[in-house]
Amino acid sequence: MRVQVDHVSKSIQGKSVLSDISLSIESGQSLALIGPNGSGKSTLLQVISGFLRADAGQVSIGDEQICSLSARKRAQHLGFVSQDASTTDAITVHDAVKLGRTPWLSLLSPFGERDEQIVQSALREAVMNDDRAKRFNTLSGGEKQRVHIARVLAQTPKVFLLDEPTNHLDIRHQIAIMDWIMQQKSTVILALHDLNHAFVCDRVALLSNGKLVAFGFPNDVLTPSVIEPIFQVTVYQTTSDQLDHPILTFAKSKNA
Amino acid sequence: MTLAKFCGFKPAVPIIGGVVLLVATLGLALVVGETKIPLDIIWAVLRIEAGYPAPEVSSIDHGIVWSYRLPRAIVALACGASLALSGVVLQALLRNPLADPYILGLSAGSSAGAVAVSILGFGSGTLSLSGGAFIGAFFAFGFVVLLARLSQGNGARATSSLALLLAGVAGAQLFHAITALIIAKSADANQARGIMFWMMGNLSGSRWSDVYWSAPIALFGSLAIFAYSRALDAMAFGREAAQSMGIRTSWVMVILVSITALLTAVVVSVTGAIGFVGLVVPHAVRFLVGSRHFLLIPGAALAGGVFLIVADIIARILITGQSLPIGVVTALVGAPAFAIILVRSSRARSS
Repeated sequence: MRVQVDHVSKSIQGKSVLSDISLSIESGQSLALIGPNGSGKSTLLQVISGFLRADAGQVSIGDEQICSLSARKRAQHLGFVSQDASTTDAITVHDAVKLGRTPWLSLLSPFGERDEQIVQSALREAVMNDDRAKRFNTLSGGEKQRVHIARVLAQTPKVFLLDEPTNHLDIRHQIAIMDWIMQQKSTVILALHDLNHAFVCDRVALLSNGKLVAFGFPNDVLTPSVIEPIFQVTVYQTTSDQLDHPILTFAKSKNA
Repeated sequence: MTLAKFCGFKPAVPIIGGVVLLVATLGLALVVGETKIPLDIIWAVLRIEAGYPAPEVSSIDHGIVWSYRLPRAIVALACGASLALSGVVLQALLRNPLADPYILGLSAGSSAGAVAVSILGFGSGTLSLSGGAFIGAFFAFGFVVLLARLSQGNGARATSSLALLLAGVAGAQLFHAITALIIAKSADANQARGIMFWMMGNLSGSRWSDVYWSAPIALFGSLAIFAYSRALDAMAFGREAAQSMGIRTSWVMVILVSITALLTAVVVSVTGAIGFVGLVVPHAVRFLVGSRHFLLIPGAALAGGVFLIVADIIARILITGQSLPIGVVTALVGAPAFAIILVRSSRARSS
């Protein structure tokens, strides 16, 4: 589903967090949101997801405006993997993934055979099928993240929103998650800290102080001249024969 | 692993077992007491009251069974279920295994509200008592949660156990002090039930009028909470995750906190502030049937009822010729359980 953000502004406690953001992503494509801490990446994801209401402007998915949808309908369209969602409950992996079916169930349409099939395939796709009986709080960070992804897969949304999905993961799991994101046929919007991960996305949006500084193809946005003034570091761009995209390396800013 | 899975049980088995256990405990509550009344006399009394032919029963036995022990057992059942469900809801909403209406000061707030209403002269009927208790419970909940939030600053995703406990201690002490102050000032022993009643609870005054009040509310509360079982499940990973699964979390919070305050208020105005039921019972039931609310809610309601009936039997027979406050018995069981849960939850957080 196509996602369009139109002139969105948002203030929290009198402080402008997003100002006049406009961007869009076509159905089935992936968009990386990058920017320094506090640049508004998470807030923008929350506005797109409908958790936060924009003060001005609007977000639409497909032909519908996000704020006109019911919470249930929104959850059927959009799946959100937030940062560090943990629990003190002794919940099993299987039960945690079943929660993903919540927006499709009601008292009159209880969890059925078809829901279980969707949960099964979500567990397989996130490679958590063998660990389904394990308790969530006994899992490693990478496994927990895969459970959240399986839960959102079971939600069968048309758009995936992920807030720094590679955070706290070792390099193997970072690559596995990015690989999985790229294979998705659904639209994916994700906030990223590691700029090199953003090269594999279809589009990149660079935020700074709540403003959209650059938006376009990765090779156009992820260049030293665009990034250096925003992150206040020196950026070196190198290439590798083994990778089909450049590599960025960073050093302390020369001006500092 | 839950016990149910360990034994290869179907989850319904503990529930059916619970119903059987409940009937057995109800029977026991009618038999046991200062005068032991045999089952055939109890059966005869029940048949007479239901309008069936039955052998003659002495009017004293009839009175003890029908006017004292049966309403008392039903009140214990309703209040135990209400308290256990309040614990289930508070633990899920606050994402804190130590949440419980007594520990969070809701019960103390209810006591203060009820005492204030009855002594400041808005009447002493159960309705106005419960009204005051309801407002008191709401007030106490707001006070404690706000204090816990303030004590750990902004940005905390779940209230930490420590902050919540300390705020609960502060709230409970404050509202208990207000209760004691109002009672002491009124100096009319007939008007006010004793300070011990409002702080430890007592079922010895329970009559049918209390049943008519507490049982429908407990039933209503159980059904209403059960209707939100899926929302409570979705809260497991926090409000943001629940929202992303289509739950209107603010709405659910308001509804469920209101129901919890109502249940606590009715329990307190009927039996006084009984502690630890809402803490111990949900954990025990989770061990038996797992943490899915679909089973946890009916399980906790049943187990809470059974727990309080048994606690009341013990309170009646522990010291001959004297009825202990029931809160003494629940605290003797509950305080060690509280310690265990505290240690386990801090280990779970640090690992």
